[in-house]
Amino acid sequence: MFRNQYDTDVTTWSPTGRLFQVEYAMEAVKQGSAAIGLRSRSHVVLASVNKAQSELSSHQRKIFKVDDHIGVAIAGLTADGRVLSRYMRSESINHSFTYESPLPVGRLVVRLADKAQVCTQRSWKRPYGVGLLVGGLDESGAHLYYNCPSGNYFEYQAFAIGSRSQAAKTYLERRFESFNESSREDLIKDAILAIRETLQGETLKSSLCTVSVLGVDEPFHFLDQESIQKVIDTFEKVPEEEGDGGEGEAEDEAAPAEQGGAGDQDVAPMEI
Amino acid sequence: MTFTIPIDNGDALKNSQRTLYPYVTGTSIVAIKYKDGVLMASDMGGSYGSTLRYKNIERVKAIGKHSLLGASGEISDFQEILRYLDELILNDNMWDDGNSLGPKEVHNYLTRVMYNRRNKFNPLWNTLVLGGVKNGESYLGMVSMIGVSFEDNHVATGFGNHLARPILRDEWHADLSFEDGVKLLEKCMRVLLYRDRSAINKLQIAKITEEGVTVSQPYSLKTFWEFQAFHNPTAGAQGSW
Repeated sequence: MFRNQYDTDVTTWSPTGRLFQVEYAMEAVKQGSAAIGLRSRSHVVLASVNKAQSELSSHQRKIFKVDDHIGVAIAGLTADGRVLSRYMRSESINHSFTYESPLPVGRLVVRLADKAQVCTQRSWKRPYGVGLLVGGLDESGAHLYYNCPSGNYFEYQAFAIGSRSQAAKTYLERRFESFNESSREDLIKDAILAIRETLQGETLKSSLCTVSVLGVDEPFHFLDQESIQKVIDTFEKVPEEEGDGGEGEAEDEAAPAEQGGAGDQDVAPMEI
Repeated sequence: MTFTIPIDNGDALKNSQRTLYPYVTGTSIVAIKYKDGVLMASDMGGSYGSTLRYKNIERVKAIGKHSLLGASGEISDFQEILRYLDELILNDNMWDDGNSLGPKEVHNYLTRVMYNRRNKFNPLWNTLVLGGVKNGESYLGMVSMIGVSFEDNHVATGFGNHLARPILRDEWHADLSFEDGVKLLEKCMRVLLYRDRSAINKLQIAKITEEGVTVSQPYSLKTFWEFQAFHNPTAGAQGSW
């Protein structure tokens, strides 16, 4: 995308019917580090890559709890993401207070999308530069939505956003048909494997990723480093096939895919 | 109660006051959970002080697909509440997304409304009974004009609290059949008819189950006035006048 005379204002159309500022905002999402979401009939898993500014600093928080039954993973301008998470928490808690009942995810997502749309139609505003993967559970089941800076939202079985997310999407595309019936453990494993795809060669360690789960009878919470490392250990140690307690199918997919970092377990995982 | 509270509520120009006392009132509502859902009974009277002025007021209304609302107290405030709920249900339906407000949500919404009005010293002068069924679960709750709210297996308002609930405490049990539930409610309504001067002998019983709401046609209870004690009422208390 190159600079042109129609891209200064969000309220200026291009002759081909595009709003360039909105598209540039979507570019900002692609620059953020990867975030992944997948869902089964009963659970939603959100995972992200922990990127730190430098070795001295802590990593950016990219996954936020909105309520016991809703979580959000962001990619792009994290400040915008933080503000929108606060909005989501506020909407969720107001609904809970008035109706003593959890806010249906679909309704939260529409409110978010409407909020984003406003910023695409005011000359004194700019679009939010963050993509949000909203995962949640309500009466009608488990849901995963992607909210775009354009104000559009889509429902997904699985999705990935941010840098090198295409590798994760490719992995998910191969496996998504089985996700609805997946067990909670398989879903988590698939999420971590998808994260691994985005690392493109770097060794996968539990310190590099954040994983969160929510489901029926399981409020939103983060997995601790130990649990994540345990899952990683089931497929990282041995690069070729093994019958590791009936989880053969994941290995089948992992083996022909990224093998760059497999077997490099000498470095102790950093605790961040 | 003839003073007006001198807090500015923006109505100074309109010269209005806050609710001080009710005008047209409905008397008790009695409701119970039964096997398939909830049964709610009320009479059709609207009193104007001590005059039984209106005799065709429906005090039990269906709310959305899953709930039933009964009210005692000021009838105009009940109608106002119905308008609020109408808007609430309408907006809920407009989402068209497979989610719908169940009785629990409506009950809590009403609790918020009643409590907020009470805080502004301008209450909706009603005691509301909210019953409903959603996803196989029955729900029955009550909200008073000061925002006191709770759920129970059987509830009653006004005089019903004093005359009907003792009967229900003794005779209600889980999984009542429809016929037994109606009999129990009629027993309560009969006592109220005999003893509550603002009750009239024209009642409706409404039923809500998973399938939906049915409100019966108005009907009357059989009464008996030939008790021995009524024949010579002053026999036990001869006075000098």
